[in-house]
Amino acid sequence: MLYSDKVMDHFNNPRNVGVIDDADGVGEVGNPVCGDVMKITIKVDDTDHITDLKFQTLGCGAAIATSSIVTELAKGMTIQDAVAITKKQVAEELGGLPPAKMHCSVLATDGLKVAVDDFLVKHGRAPIAGKILSEDPNFDPHGEEEEPAAADTAAAADACHLHE
Amino acid sequence: MSDVTPRSVYLDYAATTPVDPRVVEVMLPFLTERFGNPNSLYALGRDGYRALEAARESFAANIGAANPAEVIFTGAGTEGDNAAVLGIARAGRARGKGDHVIVSSFEHHAILEPAHHLATEGFEVTELRPREDGIVHADDLRAVLRESTVLVSVMHANNELGTVQPIKELAAATHQVGGYFHTDAIQALGKVEWDAVDNGVDAASFSAHKIYGPKGVGALYLKRGTPFDVFMTGGGQESKKRSGTQNVAGATAIAKALDLMLAERATEGPRLEALRDRVIDGVLKMPHTALNGGRDVPRLPGTANLSINGVEGEAMLLRLDNLGIAVSTGSACSSGSLEPSHVLLSIGLKPEIAHGSLRVTVGRYTSDSDVDYLLEKLPPIVDLLRAMSPVYAKMFGASA
Repeated sequence: MLYSDKVMDHFNNPRNVGVIDDADGVGEVGNPVCGDVMKITIKVDDTDHITDLKFQTLGCGAAIATSSIVTELAKGMTIQDAVAITKKQVAEELGGLPPAKMHCSVLATDGLKVAVDDFLVKHGRAPIAGKILSEDPNFDPHGEEEEPAAADTAAAADACHLHE
Repeated sequence: MSDVTPRSVYLDYAATTPVDPRVVEVMLPFLTERFGNPNSLYALGRDGYRALEAARESFAANIGAANPAEVIFTGAGTEGDNAAVLGIARAGRARGKGDHVIVSSFEHHAILEPAHHLATEGFEVTELRPREDGIVHADDLRAVLRESTVLVSVMHANNELGTVQPIKELAAATHQVGGYFHTDAIQALGKVEWDAVDNGVDAASFSAHKIYGPKGVGALYLKRGTPFDVFMTGGGQESKKRSGTQNVAGATAIAKALDLMLAERATEGPRLEALRDRVIDGVLKMPHTALNGGRDVPRLPGTANLSINGVEGEAMLLRLDNLGIAVSTGSACSSGSLEPSHVLLSIGLKPEIAHGSLRVTVGRYTSDSDVDYLLEKLPPIVDLLRAMSPVYAKMFGASA
């Protein structure tokens, strides 16, 4: 298993680490039992643009790198565009992820979605993010992607989520 | 672009070791001018044969085998483990000995996988858990032994924890019900007192690359009379127990490597213990850390396994790697699966703790300054990763 240079760059020099104290939205996803937890805090302006966001992540190299790149991608986006960022996009931005690490990109996009919905609900608006994949016990981290190790990893992910 | 940083500190001797130049020296002639097939009748073949048998005699004497013919050279530690578990269980059952197999639950996958395979052949397989101290206790084994137990396999030293198992007692307990006892002695070889006859084991597997020999070379001790279904068939080499042209250079190498381990153990053992204890004490100075496995139980001199709570092992490993330090972790993420080390779970660690484990193994070329370097570089990495974690303060308090 090898990480791309871009993954290693974001792992070694993560962008936007920290917590926004007066955040408009907060998303926390994952579980220490599974080895990764991501928390993302966002600031949203009057035109629904994300002006700032910060993250904290407990997890492996891929978990930290995907968190970092998601914050970079989402900065300046509208909340509608931000929740549309896909795991595939995250992986591609990083120059690819090893198959066993694809679930990390789901964690990162989910963290952002939960933060956006948190912002909306706090303001009496309807959530827009839809299903939070990583909170589904039957979540398949590989989705439609055809990876040789997908079945095993998905089974392991299911087993892990059962601990919750 | 090179992956090798200016300072390189290798602290993963349980994963593999460099080949000692003295081992290279004795094996080289058998790769070049003395290349004969040891099964050929002409002079070149006889030369290879003599070297092979000299290696067997030396290795057998060093492991306390009663007879050199009880040593079979193999192509890997994993091969010996597979051959022993499958071969003894199948042949034992064929002799009418029952179909119950016991393996400890913290065995290497090279034991667990063939054991699981036996279950598909109608064997009943019991996985015996070690206690929290990292030891498989003989009382616990006695509680699961049956008249139908054909094979018990418990490793001599655990590869992740370094805890040394009471194999003499475990073998004796197994023999009381008429079963056969195998031990995966791959981590223990040359590092702890080992005598096949005295330990009373029926079979044991070994590997060269953990003792400064080459990869792809192993040995299997099979006590005379132990039932054994041949694993690799063909030309009938190794007394028909392991077909395939023998690796004369490799056999010479594993024999020499063990010779060196034993010759240097009296001085090297205490030196490694001191380095290992410096690692343990240094890591334990950080808050929310713990040694895995009992501190006062028998242990390998060079292996330390520690929990560093609130940190994910792979992230720690990669950060250390940036600084040229090579270590190992039981975190799920480092293994490509999503489950953390089965060894750490087997001694009762919670998954969230097992994800943050660090295995440091020191060896022949580890210096004091290597340990200094680790202990200097590790704490800032741990602090940084804990500061990045959204749950560290919640889970472990803010005392760091």
